Amino acid sequence: MIYFILIIVLFLLMIGAAVYSIRQKDLLYATIATGIISLVLSVLFYLLQAPDVALTEAAIGVALTTIIFIITIRNTVRYEDESDNKEKFKSGVK
Amino acid sequence: MKKFVVILLLAVMGYYISAIFFDIGFGNSHLVEGISPVKDAYLEETVNTLSVANTVTSIVVNFRGFDTLGEVTVLFLAVTALGSILYKKRHQAGDRSVLFSASKIVTSGSKLLFPAIVLLGAYVFIHGHLSPGGGFQGGVIIATGFLLMLLAYENFTVGHNALSVIESLAGITFAGVGMWGLIYGGSFLENFLPVGTLNDLFSGGVIPIIYIAVGFKVAAELTGVIYTVLHEKG
Repeated sequence: MIYFILIIVLFLLMIGAAVYSIRQKDLLYATIATGIISLVLSVLFYLLQAPDVALTEAAIGVALTTIIFIITIRNTVRYEDESDNKEKFKSGVK
Repeated sequence: MKKFVVILLLAVMGYYISAIFFDIGFGNSHLVEGISPVKDAYLEETVNTLSVANTVTSIVVNFRGFDTLGEVTVLFLAVTALGSILYKKRHQAGDRSVLFSASKIVTSGSKLLFPAIVLLGAYVFIHGHLSPGGGFQGGVIIATGFLLMLLAYENFTVGHNALSVIESLAGITFAGVGMWGLIYGGSFLENFLPVGTLNDLFSGGVIPIIYIAVGFKVAAELTGVIYTVLHEKG
């Protein structure tokens, strides 16, 4: 029973982090939230008795992907600009 | 209207997919003895014929070894494409980039942690047939060690020639072991070495050799990716 509750809590944490990373305008925070998704996912894989996949997910999802996204943010822009986006959509429609 | 149609379609698809899962029982009936002959064959062959403790490794490297060669090739192609796109855009440290000098604490800590991380990665891929993990996991762990050093020391460089030599040799080893199995045993990646006893470090025939080669290859490729992206002109 406690195992089941733990898995449900981890799932809710993953969904919460995913929604946060979509809603967040600061791309650095959004990237950290995606890293949290991978971390919780690797714990879940471990609980579901797949330690090989858990190791892969921890190494690639948490470390490498997050770092590459952070480097990209450092080289481009940090904040998602809403007004810029809207104008792009408008010109696309016309 | 469009959103409504999309949600309706997704709901119908979700219903049928969940119905399939409920019918099968999500792994329950597959674990009953005798229902899946392929599973039984894998579990039996892994212990009796190959004497490998980790069934996942024996499937990934031996029974489905050709798929692993394809995966390694896909990773190699992706790294080559990235390198060819970003090749001309190198720049020195000090421009607007992620490279700036770190503090004394960070550099000392990185120097202390780097050998431990590389050792952990090597352990993971050498013991791939005994414990969870393997070539890919160990290679990525080693690449994160190099990432730490590249972030801590702005002048830390990785020789591209050494990386490509290591990667090519590892790839040649993988393909060569597979071809030797084709000549000797009759099929690609056929085992031609003595398998030893279960739970020994030197067991499993060609599986440790292939996983060590894969570990070196993945470590070299991902270190190259990190180095290229870090030194890209912003």
